[in-house]
Amino acid sequence: MMENKKNRRDFLNTCFRFAAGASIVGVAGVLAAKSQKGDFLWQLDPAKCTQCGRCATSCVVTPSAVKCIHVYDMCGYCDLCGGYFRPNVKNLSTGAENQLCPTGAIKRSYVEDPFFKYEIIDELCIGCGKCVKGCGAFGNGSLQLQVSHDLCVNCNQCAIARDCPSDAFSRVPIEQAYKFAGFKTNKKI
Amino acid sequence: MKKSLAFISLLIFFVGMEFAAFSQQQRFPKPEFESGYTQPVTSMPVPRDGMFALLDVLVLIAALSLITWFILKKRSRTGVVAISIFSILYFGFFREGCVCSVGSVQNVVLALFNPGYHIPLSALAFFVIPLIYTLFFGRTFCAGVCPLGAVQDVFLMRPVTLKKWLQKVLGLIPFIYLGLSVLYAATATDFIICRYDPFVGIFRFNATFFMFAIGAAFLLISIFIARPYCRFFCPYGVILNLVSRVSKNHLTITPSNCIQCRLCESSCPLDAINKPVEVKQMEDKRSATRRFILLSLIIPALMIVGGWTGANFHENLAKVNSKVRLADEMLHFDSKTMKESLEIEGFRTSGKPVEQLYLEASNIVKQFYYGGWILGAFIGLVIGLALSGLSTYRYREDYTPDKGDCVSCARCLKYCPVEKD
Repeated sequence: MMENKKNRRDFLNTCFRFAAGASIVGVAGVLAAKSQKGDFLWQLDPAKCTQCGRCATSCVVTPSAVKCIHVYDMCGYCDLCGGYFRPNVKNLSTGAENQLCPTGAIKRSYVEDPFFKYEIIDELCIGCGKCVKGCGAFGNGSLQLQVSHDLCVNCNQCAIARDCPSDAFSRVPIEQAYKFAGFKTNKKI
Repeated sequence: MKKSLAFISLLIFFVGMEFAAFSQQQRFPKPEFESGYTQPVTSMPVPRDGMFALLDVLVLIAALSLITWFILKKRSRTGVVAISIFSILYFGFFREGCVCSVGSVQNVVLALFNPGYHIPLSALAFFVIPLIYTLFFGRTFCAGVCPLGAVQDVFLMRPVTLKKWLQKVLGLIPFIYLGLSVLYAATATDFIICRYDPFVGIFRFNATFFMFAIGAAFLLISIFIARPYCRFFCPYGVILNLVSRVSKNHLTITPSNCIQCRLCESSCPLDAINKPVEVKQMEDKRSATRRFILLSLIIPALMIVGGWTGANFHENLAKVNSKVRLADEMLHFDSKTMKESLEIEGFRTSGKPVEQLYLEASNIVKQFYYGGWILGAFIGLVIGLALSGLSTYRYREDYTPDKGDCVSCARCLKYCPVEKD
């Protein structure tokens, strides 16, 4: 009797084991068919970005993995840079009271007569997007926020993506790790 | 005539707009430099190489194989501790707690429900491989390969036993947590397991104070109560628990035959050792039948009540979804008295019609309605099965590990005096 019962339990166990194994393999098979090799990364689309400033605060990494990246090919090398200077600035000098960046992360240097070069110091940039807003409003929009992949820990669900009010974050394949918006058209000024 | 004039003026207006857009494109064209200035390269820091994902999977397989060998063949607790420390260092501090099997549940669910999402192969491997090992060898993954389990395990110093009823009640939380995380992953709302992972902040040395406090609290508790997160929260542990119950070669306390010396009786910090039943006594047929009828009434009733409750709460559950929240905000927005929130501003800028947003949001709410039914029914089923498990009589002769709850930490092994024959 006892032996019998034990056999029955063993048999049931084996059945369940095969059922569990089959379902694991089944799920794995279905998903493997639509899986993609290589990791996905989080990136934001500057065309959708409204520079709300949440990139600076929502990231799990401090300071944020989102940085301002300068697309030099789009830059007009303006003397009066909308991304560098506060609005209605009195004189175009590098004084801290004139700068838009709260951390002084943009380096302005003279190139030749009316032109100035602007460089982002990555270590200082907090990804607040103030300069991006300024440049987009007044200039060419060559300053753009991007997830810097050497800093991003690639969370399973990006904490900024959850908080982004304009739905600008998405998973991108590793081959297209950066998404620069082309020349800006008549965006809200 | 008037009509055509209007048309032409409209045409001119549009052409003008186009021109405006075009001229704005080159508002300040890049200058031609004469001083031989070379432009710096736009910095695009490279991401971590994709090959590392493969390395992670290989390390996972190696660690799982090694720890299984330590547990089942060598029967060595020292080996388990060694692998635990390695896992904390590699999967924890080096890989910063991502990719992890616990969170991969959500990737799998999202991939199953959302055709637009492609699951990375490494996440799929992290979900499936521990399950396969568990199916054959029990929860050896929990024993020391999972960095979350390992970090709690090394903290355990003065284990206390919780009351049985408390264990059973707290043991229901992981099922609810699993249900919720599946619901939120399936609706592409959020990955709550990752969001409230208590140890990832510690692994990264970087977290909000709130999450860090939770992590520290869990570690403090795990000095006294073995693996609080694993037993009372971990959603992946639920799946492993179920799979482990039918595992083929689960760890046994004794390498040979149990001599009922009772030495191992209180050795398990997780209270996962089943004691032998003293008197062999079978439940009489009448009471067994009554119990069966009662349970087959109670369980469906619990499922229906649970499902109904879940469906009633579906709007509250859906509030977590950002689209639903935005639609709700838009609905109650009054431009005269209220200041525009960032969300509303962002939505306005995107130029999407409000109707589309409302439609999408109502679809999501509808998904949550069905999801609420399923989640509630699932919780009802779990409670019902827990009741049935409590009321079933099981005859046992020897001290055996509870295959579901046992995480194969191998602490009990050294208590057994029986030599391998």
